[in-house]
Amino acid sequence: MRALDRKLLRDLWRLKAQVIAIALVMAAGVATLVLAVGAYRSLHETRETYYERYRFADVFAQATRAPERIAGEIAEIPGVAAVETRIVKTAILDIEGMSAPATSMLVSMPEIGEQLLNRLYLRQGRAPDPAHPDEVVVNEAFARAHGFGPGDTFEAILEGRKRRLSIVGVALSPEFIYALGPWDLMPDDERFAVGWMSRKAMEAAFDLDGAFSQVSVKLLRGASEAEVIARIDSLLERYGGRGAYGRKDQQSHAFLDAELKQLQAMARILPPIFLFVSAFLINMILSRLVALEREQIGLMKALGYRSMAIGSHYLKFVAAIAAIGVVIGGIAGTWLGFGLTRLYGSFYHFPFLVFLWGADIYATAVFVTVGAAMLGAARAVWSVVRLPPAVAMHAPAPTRYRRLFCSGRTRMVSQTTVMIGRHLIRRPVRAALTVFGISLSAAVLLASLFSFDSVEVMIDFTYFQSDRQDATVSFIQERPVSVVNDVRRLPGVLAAEPTRAVAVKVRHGHVERRVAIVGKPRGTDLSRVIDVDFQPVTLPESGFAPSEALAEILGVGVGDIVRIETLEGRKRVVDMPVTAIIQGYLGLMSYMDIDALNQLMLEGPMVTGVHLSIDEGRADDLFAAVKDMPMVGSIALQKMSLETFRRTLAENISVMISVYTGLAMVIAFGVVYNSARIQLSERGRELASLRVLGFTRNEVAWILLGELAILMLASLPLGWGLGYAIAWVTVAGLQSELYRVPLVISRQTYAMSSLVVIGAALASALIVKRRIDRLDLIDVLKTRE
Amino acid sequence: MHEPVFTIEGLTKVYRTGEVEVHALRGVDLEIDEGEFLVLLGPSGSGKSTLLNILGGLDQATAGRVRFRGGDLTGLDERRLTLYRRENVGFVFQFYNLVPSLTARENVSLVTEISTDPMRPEEALEMVGLGARMDHFPAQLSGGEQQRVAIARAIAKRPEVMFCDEPTGALDSKTGVRVLEALVSVNRDIGTTTAVITHNVAIGDIAHRVVHFADGRVARVDVNETRRPASEISW
Repeated sequence: MRALDRKLLRDLWRLKAQVIAIALVMAAGVATLVLAVGAYRSLHETRETYYERYRFADVFAQATRAPERIAGEIAEIPGVAAVETRIVKTAILDIEGMSAPATSMLVSMPEIGEQLLNRLYLRQGRAPDPAHPDEVVVNEAFARAHGFGPGDTFEAILEGRKRRLSIVGVALSPEFIYALGPWDLMPDDERFAVGWMSRKAMEAAFDLDGAFSQVSVKLLRGASEAEVIARIDSLLERYGGRGAYGRKDQQSHAFLDAELKQLQAMARILPPIFLFVSAFLINMILSRLVALEREQIGLMKALGYRSMAIGSHYLKFVAAIAAIGVVIGGIAGTWLGFGLTRLYGSFYHFPFLVFLWGADIYATAVFVTVGAAMLGAARAVWSVVRLPPAVAMHAPAPTRYRRLFCSGRTRMVSQTTVMIGRHLIRRPVRAALTVFGISLSAAVLLASLFSFDSVEVMIDFTYFQSDRQDATVSFIQERPVSVVNDVRRLPGVLAAEPTRAVAVKVRHGHVERRVAIVGKPRGTDLSRVIDVDFQPVTLPESGFAPSEALAEILGVGVGDIVRIETLEGRKRVVDMPVTAIIQGYLGLMSYMDIDALNQLMLEGPMVTGVHLSIDEGRADDLFAAVKDMPMVGSIALQKMSLETFRRTLAENISVMISVYTGLAMVIAFGVVYNSARIQLSERGRELASLRVLGFTRNEVAWILLGELAILMLASLPLGWGLGYAIAWVTVAGLQSELYRVPLVISRQTYAMSSLVVIGAALASALIVKRRIDRLDLIDVLKTRE
Repeated sequence: MHEPVFTIEGLTKVYRTGEVEVHALRGVDLEIDEGEFLVLLGPSGSGKSTLLNILGGLDQATAGRVRFRGGDLTGLDERRLTLYRRENVGFVFQFYNLVPSLTARENVSLVTEISTDPMRPEEALEMVGLGARMDHFPAQLSGGEQQRVAIARAIAKRPEVMFCDEPTGALDSKTGVRVLEALVSVNRDIGTTTAVITHNVAIGDIAHRVVHFADGRVARVDVNETRRPASEISW
């Protein structure tokens, strides 16, 4: 082995603690890159493959009742490759052993031949036989939640008629990778099912002979989705069409998309942070190493070593650190990435997983990591190359310090404080980079943990301020308001409030959206309307109250006039003022006073659902009664959904917190520890001198650690600001018409991110403090710096 | 009957580096009197620095005893030694060991801030003839000036003893003399017991007594009947 290489190994060994700290920061960068890109690609590829093989449709539309011949007209729209009509309805399920009713989305399957679009992946059993109308295929998640398989049965209330359905198959569908029940925020596999029945059986059950209620369309490559949607809308208009939509508004696809977007954001945000920090750390350690070895460099040059040879020696040092980082990060990233992909695979329902961990991911990781390391090393190495041997053999020029204030002022503070101040100002760039580096630690934590705060706010808003009901019963079609009294008399009902939903088209200028207007009576206590200032409000007696998201899309404010076209009952077109803007995170919502809504429909007092507050002790009786009510289409149990949601959240939260805390600590520790070690190396002599002069260990340690404490404290507000900015960008990226995430960062999250940084800084400070305590006092007196 | 500042009995120091034992001190007996100006002479490795380090509370003896004003110095723990250095000892080093980020005045203040009865930093600097350069940083001062700042720093706390390890080692003759003058005047004017280590024989002439070291032992002690002023010596 060449002498220089032997020196390289010894340097690495001697500086092992710092080398590992830097390599870990790099490893975190590599790991997040490999993890996020790998998981993103795998998940994306899995979804694409699944969509492709099982022919997931591109455009979807619902109607009340459209004649089958319309399918032919849709097929003739330019750009349409395939059309499949279906009957899609909801039903209440009565499952033995479960008191609460479940809700099912029932989807028809063609009588003859295979499905054209949205094909099932049959995990078990077979498709339903048209000759046996009670056969059903259920989604795997629901089957698993109940331990169901082919041969098991449950009861379903179809159009008021209770029937026993027999499971013949268990399946997955590209349409329901992520399946949410009505009113749910998170999948509840026990209480929400997707059931596929034969078209013939559903036509009979829902009285839709020769008609369909849903159509799926596959587009030709290059077709204009907007055009096709517009054409379908006009075709279905007369049949209660509720507006066609593309994949981006398809629930399952949109939720999955949000997840993919988050992975992509992770791949874009996290690795650069870690690589930047590691470049900075490399710069620090190498500059110091070069400064310490100045004379050796001069000597080697004097002996005849070429500048390039010596420069590459230092580059090798950096490359070795990068190599350690890449190996650790590559292994950790792959391991975590496979785990994450599997986790996604089970949370979202895929029949198979495609792991796409190409060599290019690792090549990219190596390239960017080595690149960042070399960038960090460039300045120090350049100074090595440039250094003339004669100059190198001399001691470097003494550091010049400047006074902070006029001479009198500094007498007010202790000289050790002056030392801290002057040292900070002496190297402002390094101080600033250190502050920035540490702040990234807080930022990473803040930008990842805020999601829990946002979710909490959404929960609080949705379940405790706005929709405070325990349950919502929805009817198959509108009922006279007297039904509310019937419901109120059911066992266990403490309070009942009517609600009516009407599908409309709302237009302002040339922006148009199909939404539901929810009518609520004045003075509701369960399901309330909350304005953008989070105050419960009474809906004005007249006028239209869109949610903030809808108002933004339409570009309207209070006082603007919108055109509303009803899509149910007697078709009406009415111009109406916007009288309030309402808060809401899910979907595009709009509200009206229920009486005003009924007037708009030119109908008497009608309702489509009832919100309930229930006595939990008598819930079983209530559920039994609801299962026997013929007009009930679905029942949502909000509080039960919330519990499910919280359970899932609690499972994820600790994993997420520990992963991100770990990542943040790697940064904070890496920066603080390296700064402290380099300072100690630069100022060890000075500190030892002070010890000799009678300064105690703690007083001496304060000079060095106090400076770091100042830098760390300065980094916190910056970290909060950066974290807030990253969170803002993340939230903006997640905004969609399906939901919007509020940007909320709680004080606890600020505190948590600060505490982690402070903790990591303290840990590194303690390690360095031990070195300060062991400073050699005698050695320092005998050596020139 | 006067009481010596230091009473040193059978002081032994053995360093172990790996397998090798180095006997730095092999039983030193010595008394240092109040107000005395002592020069310790001897070649490198003769043990003079080791003795000074132990007297200064920077190192622990292997055997023997050091009494400082009747109190036992050997066997004090780290904390008490720090306190001892802080309150009683002034140090001057070969390479000055000033804090580069502090001006001359501030380097002195550094020590006065942690002492119980210090003089004003300006007063200390004036005593070493640096009244005009108080607001200069070490990098702006010559070697001799830096060393005089170090002396001002050492005396500002009014220490009982002052230890100087090769204070002129890094200086040329002319500058060195100015530094020695400062040391002698401090010893004369405020009566600080001063011990100076050097291997420069000429410096012995300015002392009350010269202690010659060889091979870890006190070889002999010369008493100067008449001391020469520092300005008269050169090397």
